Amino acid sequence: MTRQESIANEASAAQKAGDEGDARQYLSFFLGGQEYATDILRVQEIKGWDTVTRVPYSPDYILGVINLRGAIVPVVDPRVRFSLESAPFDSATVVIVVRVTGTRGERIVGLVVDAVSDVYSFSAENIQPPPEAVGSIEQMFVLGLAKLEDKLVIILDIERLVISSVLGDAKAA
Amino acid sequence: MSIDQEMEEILNLFFEESFEGLDTMESGLLTLDNGANRETINTIFRAAHSIKGGAGTFGFMEISGFTHSVETLLDEMRNGTRGITPDALQVLLQSVDVIREMVQSAQAKRPIVMAGAAKLSSELLRILAQKGAPVASPAEGAASNPAAASVSPPAIEPPVTSDSEIPVKADASPAAVPPKSPEIAVNGVTPIGPLEGWRIVFEPDLSLFKTCNDPMRIFDELANLGTLEITANIGKVPPFGELDPTQCFLSWTLLLRCAAEHARVAEVFDWVDANSKIVYEPIYGAGVSAATPNLPAAELPQAAGQRSMSPSDVPAVQPAAGKSGGESGSLRVATEKIDALINLVGELVITQSMLGRFAEKYEPQDIESLRRSLAQLTRNTRELQESVLQIRMLPIGFSFNRFPRLVHDLSRKLGKKVDLKLSGENTELDKTVLEKISDPLVHLVRNALDHGLESPEERLAAGKSETGTLELNAFHEGGSIVIEVKDDGAGLNKDRILAKARERGLVDADALLSDENIYNLIFVAGFSTADTVSDVSGRGVGMDVVRRNINDLGGHVQILSVPGRGSTIRIRLPLTLAILEGQMLRVGKEIYVASLVSIIETVQSKGEDLSCVAGRTELFRHRSDYLPIIRLYDLFGIEPDSRDITDGLLVVLEAEGRRVAMLVDELLAQQQVVIKSLETNFKQVPGLAGATIHGDGTVALILDVPGLVRTFLERQSMQFGRAA
Repeated sequence: MTRQESIANEASAAQKAGDEGDARQYLSFFLGGQEYATDILRVQEIKGWDTVTRVPYSPDYILGVINLRGAIVPVVDPRVRFSLESAPFDSATVVIVVRVTGTRGERIVGLVVDAVSDVYSFSAENIQPPPEAVGSIEQMFVLGLAKLEDKLVIILDIERLVISSVLGDAKAA
Repeated sequence: MSIDQEMEEILNLFFEESFEGLDTMESGLLTLDNGANRETINTIFRAAHSIKGGAGTFGFMEISGFTHSVETLLDEMRNGTRGITPDALQVLLQSVDVIREMVQSAQAKRPIVMAGAAKLSSELLRILAQKGAPVASPAEGAASNPAAASVSPPAIEPPVTSDSEIPVKADASPAAVPPKSPEIAVNGVTPIGPLEGWRIVFEPDLSLFKTCNDPMRIFDELANLGTLEITANIGKVPPFGELDPTQCFLSWTLLLRCAAEHARVAEVFDWVDANSKIVYEPIYGAGVSAATPNLPAAELPQAAGQRSMSPSDVPAVQPAAGKSGGESGSLRVATEKIDALINLVGELVITQSMLGRFAEKYEPQDIESLRRSLAQLTRNTRELQESVLQIRMLPIGFSFNRFPRLVHDLSRKLGKKVDLKLSGENTELDKTVLEKISDPLVHLVRNALDHGLESPEERLAAGKSETGTLELNAFHEGGSIVIEVKDDGAGLNKDRILAKARERGLVDADALLSDENIYNLIFVAGFSTADTVSDVSGRGVGMDVVRRNINDLGGHVQILSVPGRGSTIRIRLPLTLAILEGQMLRVGKEIYVASLVSIIETVQSKGEDLSCVAGRTELFRHRSDYLPIIRLYDLFGIEPDSRDITDGLLVVLEAEGRRVAMLVDELLAQQQVVIKSLETNFKQVPGLAGATIHGDGTVALILDVPGLVRTFLERQSMQFGRAA
């Protein structure tokens, strides 16, 4: 079983197990040592890292475009977007393919992450609003913070992150 | 599926069929122009009939009512009781436009505007009346029949026709229909007294009962509107022995006293089929005369004598308005194409199972059959690709179809005689290309008619036949489709174009231009040599749009013209937008695809043919031209193999009439590539037309050569601005 498949299996198993209450499921991943998470329903698939084709006139956090079964899909590097330290591209590096709805309909976009971690169930009361540190770019994309026993998971507004990155406008929602 | 949804679907079907029917009517009417043909009239009649029926069923009374008058006229033409006059044809053509408008309104769920219909109705009635009394002109009729104008109260007027119900010809049923006076049928005199009721002669078809109509139910409903007196006419009932109880031999004269509008009364008879005869006569109060009840007030004062309303007075609804609009989302595909696809998919499945066998058990000696199977797979894939692309291919006839009507209308308007010749209607091209080329074609045809062809007098004076010829040709040539708009008119006036261009400062006074360059001036925005601006053309808007649209499609326009002999506008377009003949180029590690059509040639510079203007703009001498050099690596910000021009290759590109030399590291293979959109998931990138996928699954970007040149020039001027 490949790594991607095993992650997908884990994800679906976790989904079955955690199907209770108003809890929603989040896929978590690592970016520069910190664990982040996104609403799992936005995730279409997880893909191994492969070469991308660079696109001219794009910001540095757009790594380029890849071929996803015939569709041309842009790949965003959130580590560059958040000015994090970039981990080397290795066997753990994966592309999370997400489906977001923008002003011009649905788009499919890839996000490069250091590694995929886990699937969590958080209900609304488990999530606290982000601290009021206004002005930072990261701030715009953080939906909330979820606390587990020993660690903190940052829940990202993946839609906003992706759309603003792809359209190259940090202010656009 | 809910009832509403189902209804919506059925309605859409009705709209679609109506539009088709209208197109049939239109093209049929246009062929009638060149001589009558029974079958054609029948086709037109059937189309009108089904539109009427459908509209009635769905409750679009305005449409069914109006179409009914049209149908009556057509019926008389069909029966041969009426000749086919150009006048009548013109009115029928306009009626088609009006019905189309009404159906479009109904489709858009807008209220149906009756203004055009009402006006045309009176036209139709006039024509119908002409038949009613071919000898007596209305003026004479009024004089010889004074009773029509002065009637004692309560008056029962001779029957009048309305826009939705028209009495059958007087000779068809003399017993049931009271004598008609033509002048009233044309246009009544203004009514003085109030409407008091209706006298209705109802003579149903024998098969009335078979269409599930019950006269009693109809009468009950009429009785709801007011007081009703019914007189049955039993004259037609056969002797008992011959009586067929399933047939209706009865007819009735109904006297309904109510204030209801005609439409309200006629509504009761909606379900009675067209073969039944129904005549409505309004009854007015004191000192009255009848008027056509449904005509708007403005129409009424038209006295009987003013019957010579020319067809051009009727507002000409833009033919096929809306039809030319944006791209439609659905596609009609010929069944054979689908069948061919299904066949191919079947073969593909067989090939797949053949190949699957090798995966289960592979013996080295199987290599030969494995190769065979793979060859078959290659063939299947290629055929499948071709067939799928075929689906998007439509005959250009779809676009040509509208021209007979356009030319017919325009030539009438301009007073020119034109013979339109279409050829190559079956030439197929991509649906998107087809849709985008339609409007430019319309423009070119209008131009040819307005500016190209001369008036009959001018033609005779020039020693040409009175009737001009306009040809529309389409044919395949190489990998592209060529469309020609050809007229045998006066040709383009070079001196005049040049004079205008100089006047407007587009050309230097002493510049020497080739014929082609002069002709191309007409594509400049705002350029027009017409001295007067007509509503057909002359504003100088359009030719630039024509060229832009064609360039957007990756095609180009060429003008050929011989003074006194006519001009030809030749449009060359790629067959499809989905596939591109590409040339792979390498710059550093990146591989780009350029359209092969845009590449003039590729040369290696030796250094002595390079120069530099003001230390900024680099030029390359290519034959007698100096071309600006675009360093692609610089424009796209990538690392090349070498920055030295003599190390790389210069690709000479042409875009929008400009030539440039682009520096790349290496030329790779030429191949067909499938164009994928970058915009779907990403965004438009300047200088890129899209992306494609290599055999190894990686993405290659397709260069948009015109865009690239624009980006380059913008950058140059920006740098210049900064320097200055």
